[in-house]
Amino acid sequence: MTVEATRTAADRDARITTEDEQAVPPGRGMRFTNWAANYVDERTSMSGFVREFGRKIFPNHWSFMLGEVALYSFIVILLSGTFLTFFFQASMTEVTYEGSYAPLKGLDMSAAYASTLDISFDIRGGLLMRQIHHWAALLFVASIGLHMLRVFFTGAFRKPREINWLIGFVLFVLAMGEGFTGYSLPDDLLSGNGLRIIDGMVKGFPIVGTWMSNLLFGGEFPGTSVVGMFYSLHILLLPAVLVAALGIHLVLMVVNKHTQFAGPGRTNDNVVGVPILPVFAAKAGGFFFIIFGVLALIAATVTINPIWAYGPYDPSPVSAGTQPDWYIGFADGALRLVPPGWEFELFGFTLSLNILAPVLVIVVFLVLVAFYPFIEGWITGDQREHHMAQRPRNAPRRTAIGAAGVTFYAVMWAAASSDLIATHFKLAIEGVTHAIQLLLILGPIIAFVLAHRICIGLQKKDREIVLHGYESARIVRLPGGEYIEVHEPLSEYERWKLIDFDDYQPLMLRPNDRGRIPVMQRVRAGLSRWFFEDRISPVTNTELEAAKHGGHH
Amino acid sequence: MAPHRKNRTGRRSPVVSAMLLLVGLLATGGSYALFTASASAETTAHVDNLIDEGQKLFQANCASCHGLAAQGTDAGPNLHGVGAAAVDFQVATGRMPMAASGPQAEEKPPQFTEEQVAALAAYVASLAPGPGIPDESLLTGNGDVTNGAELFRINCAMCHNVAGAGGALTEGKFAPDLKGVEPAHIYEAMVTGPQNMPVFNDLNLTPEDKADIISYLMFIDDKSNSPGIIDLGGLGPVSEGLFVWIFALGSIVGITVWLTAKSN
Ligand code: HEC
Ligand code: HEC
Repeated sequence: MTVEATRTAADRDARITTEDEQAVPPGRGMRFTNWAANYVDERTSMSGFVREFGRKIFPNHWSFMLGEVALYSFIVILLSGTFLTFFFQASMTEVTYEGSYAPLKGLDMSAAYASTLDISFDIRGGLLMRQIHHWAALLFVASIGLHMLRVFFTGAFRKPREINWLIGFVLFVLAMGEGFTGYSLPDDLLSGNGLRIIDGMVKGFPIVGTWMSNLLFGGEFPGTSVVGMFYSLHILLLPAVLVAALGIHLVLMVVNKHTQFAGPGRTNDNVVGVPILPVFAAKAGGFFFIIFGVLALIAATVTINPIWAYGPYDPSPVSAGTQPDWYIGFADGALRLVPPGWEFELFGFTLSLNILAPVLVIVVFLVLVAFYPFIEGWITGDQREHHMAQRPRNAPRRTAIGAAGVTFYAVMWAAASSDLIATHFKLAIEGVTHAIQLLLILGPIIAFVLAHRICIGLQKKDREIVLHGYESARIVRLPGGEYIEVHEPLSEYERWKLIDFDDYQPLMLRPNDRGRIPVMQRVRAGLSRWFFEDRISPVTNTELEAAKHGGHH
Repeated sequence: MAPHRKNRTGRRSPVVSAMLLLVGLLATGGSYALFTASASAETTAHVDNLIDEGQKLFQANCASCHGLAAQGTDAGPNLHGVGAAAVDFQVATGRMPMAASGPQAEEKPPQFTEEQVAALAAYVASLAPGPGIPDESLLTGNGDVTNGAELFRINCAMCHNVAGAGGALTEGKFAPDLKGVEPAHIYEAMVTGPQNMPVFNDLNLTPEDKADIISYLMFIDDKSNSPGIIDLGGLGPVSEGLFVWIFALGSIVGITVWLTAKSN
């Protein structure tokens, strides 16, 4: 059953035409349901909300389910995390381990580490829950990342959805914060090494650094308070903010409605798909259990974060191959890529550029990601509302920018495992680091150029296909002796998908009311021209007609 | 007398084993003088034979780099005083004779039989006193694993990684993965400090401490002691991250494609 909701500028209420509306006399159960629904509605006026929400339409495309994956892994995290709070002790008080893992027996360690060991070895189902929780966390951030990429590359962040992009970005950052605080809780050697790096980064800030570190760790690192503090953040503050932001994200998604890919019957003013109630809700429920099942299967078979192998935290030992979870990897990588010697002495103060430079790079990168919709909107000067998802090829510059950004991130991420790359491919770590440093600069440029070229190429191909049909690989010899390849024309259906996309024009430079063109406008127009140069316009009707009559060759 | 490596049996006659042990004891010198003094003249003769055989092997295979009298050349260091332990470690793990010149002599299938290794060890040990082959009692794996784990984290993890998964050093050198290394070789690595590894002498780590470390490494080597089925190579968050992107998210994206394809 496919339903269409219409959106008009005046009335954005979803108008729905379902195919199976029938009049059935209410049975006994039905009468009770009606009564109950009525009872609730008279007291809460919920029906309006249910009508609006329940009739939200979901287009049917796999890439639209990535956000759902994130949502469901978050629910799994909440459930498994609740279990863990029953047994975890967020305290750095020294205790002597008496549990069942032999190589740690009799050792003094923090209560946090000891209770995590108990969860892993002595509490029924504890290890499974820990592993579900951790795997779900990794999946949560990964699916958010993929979801963001989908939204980015299809231009689904354009007006009116810029604000929701920003909220989504906040969710991404919160998820990383949740991940990092959670990673630090067991107080094992690996997470302690990670905290040590954070401590170093904080201390690298001029003037306030040392004070901030003291505040964070309640005195000299590692102190005795950080686990308790991170625990409050991890289970209280961050999840509360996350759930609130998630709520707004979802409400805005309903208000803005979904985007959809071009196709017959799909316009900028409607959404074609299935409504939440009843079809989508049922599917979503099933999908939730699929995600839960996949996570449970992985957690039951694949070990994650074997803290027992790492031992309790102690500031003296440092392990080779210390890495953070993947989503913090890019920051770790940025630190590793700083060339040696970026530390200067200024008036008796140490200026730690080796820390400040990568931090600055990361912050600038994240700010660009967060505000990209506004930046692009400013450059294009586009005031239109967009409800059609673009194919990445139809916005070559954006796709190229995205490819460059992804490469930049991926290179930093790879840098976090430079030592493993070195040992596993039998390379010298210096060589690996230098190669990655080079790649950090060249990689995005190459990706940019390549992606742009590929997009233009694909657009040209689309145009060819629309105008002249597919090459059928059937060669025919004409009576005159000439050989031609027969081109198969496209069906109307197929063609629609290829020609229905927005056309953009670069911004025109117009003098303002004082007859001058301000510098900012020039920059903007320049950027806009750059953004749209090498455009391939969608095939127009006249061109199509001309091609139809212009004979087949 | 038991052979010094308990998991390779049946290939060495008891006499050779006895002599091997003697050689080791000889080499460690000092405290073992009592034993060597009481050894019979017959075994001494065997030891001499062994040393002669070792010298021949050495001159044929090792002298090109280490010099005819093991005095060292530009291509290889002086071996006076490295002891039987260094030779047993280097040759029995296949590191020596060194193959291609690389950043570090790498492990490869050993080129000599155990008898030949013993002979080479005896020869080098006869040149000057040095650390000998460790006593069997230190290699049982029955030591204190808690102490061993703690010592391992403090002394070894910065190069070999806390889980013994290995790690990178500078200029292409690396500290190897410690899975499946023979207990005797672990001991010998500690007392001789091969290449970039520091020497852990008996003042740093007593023989009991070394035995505890060996016990710990044997404990984590035994898969049945680690919960879980697949451990992703013990490489920590990097392999976990790759796993989640490729397998977890990969399979879920596959499912979404399948779900949305079905309903049309
Ligand atoms: C191709 C040259 C080469 C050959 C052949 C060679 N070695 Fe070596 N050997 C070296 C080098 C180089 C080193 C130093 C490695 C290092 O420490 O980085 C070394 C180190 C050693 C050491 C360790 C010394 C120490 O300080 O602990 C021993 C023992 C040793 N070799 C024994 C032998 C024996 C026995 C043979 C013959 C079976 C042999 N080597 C053959 C080049 C060679
Ligand atoms: C400074 C870094 C460093 C430290 C610390 C260190 N090692 Fe090593 N270790 C190495 C290197 C490098 C090698 C490789 C030597 C070679 O290939 O000849 C090695 C080799 C070994 C080997 C041989 C592995 C094999 O595959 O044959 C063992 C066993 C070993 N180390 C155990 C230890 C133990 C136990 C400790 C702690 C008491 C320790 N190491 C401390 C660097 C280190």
